[in-house]
Amino acid sequence: MSAPLRQIAFYGKGGIGKSTTSQNTLAALVEMGQKILIVGCDPKADSTRLILHAKAQDTVLSLAAAAGSVEDLELEDVLKVGFKGIKCVESGGPEPGVGCAGRGVITSINFLEENGAYEDVDYVSYDVLGDVVCGGFAMPIRENKAQEIYIVMSGEMMALYAANNIAKGILKYAHSGGVRLGGLICNERQTDKELELSEALAARLGSKLIHFVPRDNVVQHAELRRMTVIEYAPDSKQAGEYRALATKIHGNSGKGTIPTPITMEELEDMLMEFGIMKTEEQQLAELAAKETKPMVALH
Amino acid sequence: MPQSAAKVLDHMPLFREPEYKAMLKAKKEQFECPHPADKVQETDDWTRSWEYREKNLAREALVVNPGKACQPLGAVFAASGFDGTMSFVHGSQGCVAYYRSHLSRHFKEPSSCVSSSMTEDAAVFGGLNNMVDGLANTHALYKPKMIAVSTTCMAEVIGDDLNSFIQTARDKGSVPEGFDVPFAHTPAFVGSHVTGYDNMMKGILSHFWNGRERQASASVNIIPGFDGFCVGNIRELKRMLGLMGVDHAVLSDTSDIYDTPSDGTFRMYAGGTTLDQAKAALNAKATLSMQAYCTEKTLEMCAEKGQQTAAFHYPMGVSATDEFLMKVSELTGKPIPEALELERGRLVDAMADSQAHLHGKRYAIYGDPDFVIAMARFVMETGGEPVHCLATNGGKAWEEVMTQLLASSPYGAGCKAWGGKDLWHMRSLMATEPVDFLIGNSYGKYLERDLRVPLIRLTFPIFDRHHHHRFPTWGYQGALTVLVKILDKVFDAIDLNTNIPGETDYSFDLTR
Repeated sequence: MSAPLRQIAFYGKGGIGKSTTSQNTLAALVEMGQKILIVGCDPKADSTRLILHAKAQDTVLSLAAAAGSVEDLELEDVLKVGFKGIKCVESGGPEPGVGCAGRGVITSINFLEENGAYEDVDYVSYDVLGDVVCGGFAMPIRENKAQEIYIVMSGEMMALYAANNIAKGILKYAHSGGVRLGGLICNERQTDKELELSEALAARLGSKLIHFVPRDNVVQHAELRRMTVIEYAPDSKQAGEYRALATKIHGNSGKGTIPTPITMEELEDMLMEFGIMKTEEQQLAELAAKETKPMVALH
Repeated sequence: MPQSAAKVLDHMPLFREPEYKAMLKAKKEQFECPHPADKVQETDDWTRSWEYREKNLAREALVVNPGKACQPLGAVFAASGFDGTMSFVHGSQGCVAYYRSHLSRHFKEPSSCVSSSMTEDAAVFGGLNNMVDGLANTHALYKPKMIAVSTTCMAEVIGDDLNSFIQTARDKGSVPEGFDVPFAHTPAFVGSHVTGYDNMMKGILSHFWNGRERQASASVNIIPGFDGFCVGNIRELKRMLGLMGVDHAVLSDTSDIYDTPSDGTFRMYAGGTTLDQAKAALNAKATLSMQAYCTEKTLEMCAEKGQQTAAFHYPMGVSATDEFLMKVSELTGKPIPEALELERGRLVDAMADSQAHLHGKRYAIYGDPDFVIAMARFVMETGGEPVHCLATNGGKAWEEVMTQLLASSPYGAGCKAWGGKDLWHMRSLMATEPVDFLIGNSYGKYLERDLRVPLIRLTFPIFDRHHHHRFPTWGYQGALTVLVKILDKVFDAIDLNTNIPGETDYSFDLTR
């Protein structure tokens, strides 16, 4: 008997490297013999670019708009197969400024379920944009959807803030459904005390830092070629990092936790503790120091 | 003035008085900028042409008079068939007023249903507070045994998650521990009332069934589906199964709630499937759906639970009733009793007696997918020819089933099935390829007036004729009702065409 379907989701602040990290990790998972379906839940539709070697043009919603209704679509219209048989679907969404992308995510996921896209796969991975911003973007963490959420973050303040916010979203659904926080993934930005800070936040959220992905230029090189590092440079050190992350996620089934998000003040206190953010007194002292400097005459 | 307190005129005679005629004429000339009558006539004639029909059928961006309603209407209807159950629609108030009035106008009965009254703040922050307060109020005010939650478009667009909301409301004490609150997401912009019926049935049954062990029994579940004739039909169904001695449960039994007596007691809840029956239904040997398109997901779930399943298309007429009874007999091992065989013989006899007037009659039929299949099938049994069969909520799969059915009889040769089309399409079809009778609901009266084709009202909603829903259309007895309704129209039409003295009345016969 095959193992039950694992459903996971990657959340994180925009631009944090969520799609890059998820695609590299999933490419490593497919090497481990797993059958994978990626559901991109970002209107930009770039969650599967490295797997498909092209940006997916045929998103569920663009095809539905052309056909008149989602009911007129067939699964094969939207399901593309990329690197080592990974199945890819992009939800897509409206143009900026109109419509409701959140509803689009609901529509797409319902369509996929009803049309049997989840059959014959070991993993379904959702790649979700930015923060948990509305009910639609929370769709993947509802009951019977993703069991574990992985938050991609870095040592930057806003990334930490976003990670905490996502934890709040997960908490909201943790008691009614079965969703858990699988862990944090730090995508190194080379900020001060990044590893320590990430571990500290993970501990405060009642979770763990599942992996620290170091910065490596080979990721950019692979990305320019529309490939994952796993495919472009399979023997590189970075590929090894992604394989390590994939192995950890694979072994993390059922080990997620209910997150314990913190308040904005607590988050700021934590940053001050690490000397990343200055206290009010420190800021005032600096300002005072500036003011005592002689003014440069303009005339 | 024509109106006086001593003799108050209704609007019909009142507006025919000379004062009003003059006033309406002046209004038209001064304010309505009307086109000349010949131009209006020319345009009207053009809209009845083949050229217009082709343009009309190629229409992409507009729907005119759709022959369907929205999901929550079906969900509210399905929930109303459970004992002591209050429908709770999570969303805006106006939507709920629509479901209530639509059901009341058809059944001429009150239709109880509450809303979570979402307003702008709920659209921004989500409707959780409305759910928490709404469930508490509903429980306190209307004392139901169960609250069945469905949704309107508003809650669906903002992505409110019923499962977590209801759980939170429970945690906050809106309803007592263990109180039943099944739910179904019913976005109105997807599918139709038929889909909503399916979603709510699945929601209610999975609420009672999930997590429980099935112990197979000999009982049979019957799901009637969305049906405007439910009062007569479900009672007829129970009578037939009673004659056969079949142990059964009707899941969503709406026959009493839409037919409450006037005896001085108001019944907010009346009859219906008890919650214990709904729980025990898990153990049934089989679940039969009277309307396949109303139960696609529900039957799938029944099969997953280990039950046998069978789906029919609104069993009406001889062969459709035969099929249903034979399936019940096969499943339960109970023979079809002589009483039912006699009824069948009487129906066949009645059809034969009237054959001369039914043979070759041409029909346009529209309605829900299952109804249209049944109606076309029965019409063909009487020797009639369906010509246009239309279901706004029918898809490609339905067209396929229809095409096979039509191919099974020589009377179906000239007919085409139109899925996803509306009543304005139907107007073009009937104007270019004329029929003798139109079978549908009250909305067909505009086509009747426009095209001078008599309308036979045989499906939901029927707003402008009373009490039809009290008589069955299912089974051999039901087929007799349908047969008589068709025949009455046939004879009315003959009388109307033969009633000018000295000109056409050579055929104005006493005996037909």
